Amino acid sequence: MAARKSTAKSNVSAEELLSYYRDMLLIRRFEEKAGQLYGMGLIGGFCHLYIGQEAVVVGLEATAKEGDKRITSYRDHGHMLACGMDPKGVMAELTGREGGYSKGKGGSMHMFSKEKHFYGGHGIVGAQVPLGAGLAFSDKYKGNDNVTFTYFGDGAANQGQVYETYNMAMLWDLPVIFVIENNKYAMGTSVQRATKSPSLWERGAAYGIKGEEVDGMDVLAVKAAGEKAVAHCRAGKGPYILEVMTYRYRGHSMSDPAKYRTRDEVQKMRSERDAIENVRELLLQGKHASEDKLKEIDRDIKAIVNEAAEFSKESPEPALEELWTDIYA
Amino acid sequence: MATEVLMPALSPTMEEGTLAKWLVKEGDTVASGDIIAEIETDKATMEFEAVDEGVIGKILIEAGTDGVKVNTPIAILVAEGEEVPEEGAKTETAPAPAALNGEEGKTAAPASAAPAPEAPKPDTSPDWPEGTEMKSQTVREALRDAMAEEMRSTDEVFVMGEEVAEYQGAYKITQGLLDEFGARRVIDTPITEHGFAGIGVGAAFGGLRPIVEFMTFNFAMQAIDHIINSAAKTLYMSGGQMGCPIVFRGPNGAAARVGAQHSQCYAAWYSQIPGLKVVMPYSAADAKGLLKTAIRDPNPVIFLENEILYGRSFEVPDLEDFTVPFGKAKIWREGKDVTIVSFGIGMTYALEAAEKLAEDGIEAEVIDLRTIRPMDTDAILASVMKTNRLVTVEEGFPQGSVGNYITSVVMEQAFDYLDAPVINLAGKDVPMPYAANLEKLALVTTDEVVEAVRKVTYR
Ligand SMILES: Cc1ncc(C[n+]2csc(CCOP(=O)(O)OP(=O)(O)O)c2C)c(N)n1
Ligand SMILES: [Mg+2]
Repeated sequence: MAARKSTAKSNVSAEELLSYYRDMLLIRRFEEKAGQLYGMGLIGGFCHLYIGQEAVVVGLEATAKEGDKRITSYRDHGHMLACGMDPKGVMAELTGREGGYSKGKGGSMHMFSKEKHFYGGHGIVGAQVPLGAGLAFSDKYKGNDNVTFTYFGDGAANQGQVYETYNMAMLWDLPVIFVIENNKYAMGTSVQRATKSPSLWERGAAYGIKGEEVDGMDVLAVKAAGEKAVAHCRAGKGPYILEVMTYRYRGHSMSDPAKYRTRDEVQKMRSERDAIENVRELLLQGKHASEDKLKEIDRDIKAIVNEAAEFSKESPEPALEELWTDIYA
Repeated sequence: MATEVLMPALSPTMEEGTLAKWLVKEGDTVASGDIIAEIETDKATMEFEAVDEGVIGKILIEAGTDGVKVNTPIAILVAEGEEVPEEGAKTETAPAPAALNGEEGKTAAPASAAPAPEAPKPDTSPDWPEGTEMKSQTVREALRDAMAEEMRSTDEVFVMGEEVAEYQGAYKITQGLLDEFGARRVIDTPITEHGFAGIGVGAAFGGLRPIVEFMTFNFAMQAIDHIINSAAKTLYMSGGQMGCPIVFRGPNGAAARVGAQHSQCYAAWYSQIPGLKVVMPYSAADAKGLLKTAIRDPNPVIFLENEILYGRSFEVPDLEDFTVPFGKAKIWREGKDVTIVSFGIGMTYALEAAEKLAEDGIEAEVIDLRTIRPMDTDAILASVMKTNRLVTVEEGFPQGSVGNYITSVVMEQAFDYLDAPVINLAGKDVPMPYAANLEKLALVTTDEVVEAVRKVTYR
């Protein structure tokens, strides 16, 4: 199959553009704060930050409607914020407190919100892929036109269960969008060291699944590709694959010294391709927003994040009886 | 306001580290994301990024300092043009980290080591009212009827698995279901256990009630990650928000002459997992009543069937809606001399042995657990307190067996009632051989049960 890369961009209003800026910035500031709380020992264990990848989830959420579902890996904070979950509840889960989405029993990697149709937060690389197809199966079975966004990494894309799922998703025309967040690394292994496939989305062709590569540092390009995928799924045409090219600025998790790439590589991405900076420039150049307006947004977001951090420190640890609850329904 | 920059924790276990190198000096302006220092942990050298923007007002810890405790102030960040505050003056500091692993966080499991002063009173009510009309059915038919009845009552219930639809089931358990319910609800899958188990779990998250058939449980090993990590743990990890109502069912244990990879009992494996329920019926009535309960249960249920039992006939109550509750053992035979506890096909040997022993005047009480988790330990304890002797019988491997667990419960809660050591009969500690004579040796036998009972009764 010929290489295909979408260059389409969504036409959006200034208001929409401003909202993407806001949503991306919220994720960035939230994650920076999470990193800070980790450094202070308030967050423990594994903590995988989404800094750098914000445009992926914000662009795709812009195409979702009520009832659409989403599921992802452990690198899940951004997805939760983007689908409207409360930053306080997310941060308090990171600190393992009663006010967290899972009452402190799930942690960074395992959070859920039935209300927002967010189905986790999964710690086993690749496991969310058939789970996401199963969610899509439930919508098709019920006869509605909802779709499921199933996010996974470039590393996860090498798991066997992904291909078992592609096969069944296509066989049964499941309304699932497979979103490969290709951030170039799976922990310390670059994509090139894990596969000789020139592209990951093209593997869907073996199962008859359409797909495309998308510039994940451009929120408008992501949105445009998302719209196409969503329309395809809603029309009952089966699954769709988006390989979204993105980059994580931080280490794999908080304890990763990231020696497998150069500082220059990271710096280049940050200074030349940063998704938030790009939108900021678009807003200013097009005179869609003033410096002051953007400063105001920055301040609002800082306040939201600080409030979330305060809440996550003040919320008590779960009651000891919680050890024994929620094992069986 | 000046801000203290604190020595960060850079791994789940870091308590202190070496401040190897400063990449900024006093007076430098930093933005969030700039790398300001290198810190060595016991595992690696890590770059430390600034989180706030400002000017490095003062460096408090020199480069090259070892053993810097996490959360020690290492520098002071000030705003452009601001003075570094005097020693001891107020700066904005991060709150002390919450004490991790505090003593008060520890609670003991609610197991009591004290002997139960009184025999527990297990639920011994009959499974169906007296005088109920009965009909003879095979286990196979009973299982099919259970699924069909539940599918008739709820659209959310569907069956998926290899050969379940057009082929009518590899072991014909789903016979006729495709005709009645159609391809939307009786779904043939490709041979892809890991994948379809995950899709089933996802469908359960999405509000359906899947019945996932494994052609045999040996193949569920491909899918065990989804059974345990995805199905069993999600309710807990979501703080009670999201459970997984799903039944994983299929034949389990040894069939006949199919060799090591196709002959294995998973009762003990799955029974270890909090969040799963594990069912292993013996009779057709239990197969039917328990499968209906399993399909209605809001939790993931492992339903272990047995190929050899599929064709056996039992009396099944002819009731409109017959169910058997989980966690209620069934006493097949009352006796005062010894308690034999078993489940699934093990019941065949337990009952045959009891018959033989009765000829010699030894009265065995035979208990069928029916569900391994939750386990009706009350029924076991009450019986052992009466007979003072216990033999457990199962087909799985001996180490870490269900019998081992039962023994520990009896030791903890009825030690003073025991007049002999408990014997756990299990399959032999070997992969299943193919040769007919060796296979026979590998399995537990009626004669072994008889012999074990003689040992514990000293007769
Ligand atoms: C089955 C499994 N194997 C290994 C791991 C350990 N692990 C956690 S994340 C990860 C790398 C995954 O990389 P990728 O899929 O590219 O996602 P990213 O972290 O880049 O978002 C590994 C190997 C795991 N959690 N699960
Ligand atoms: Mg990756």
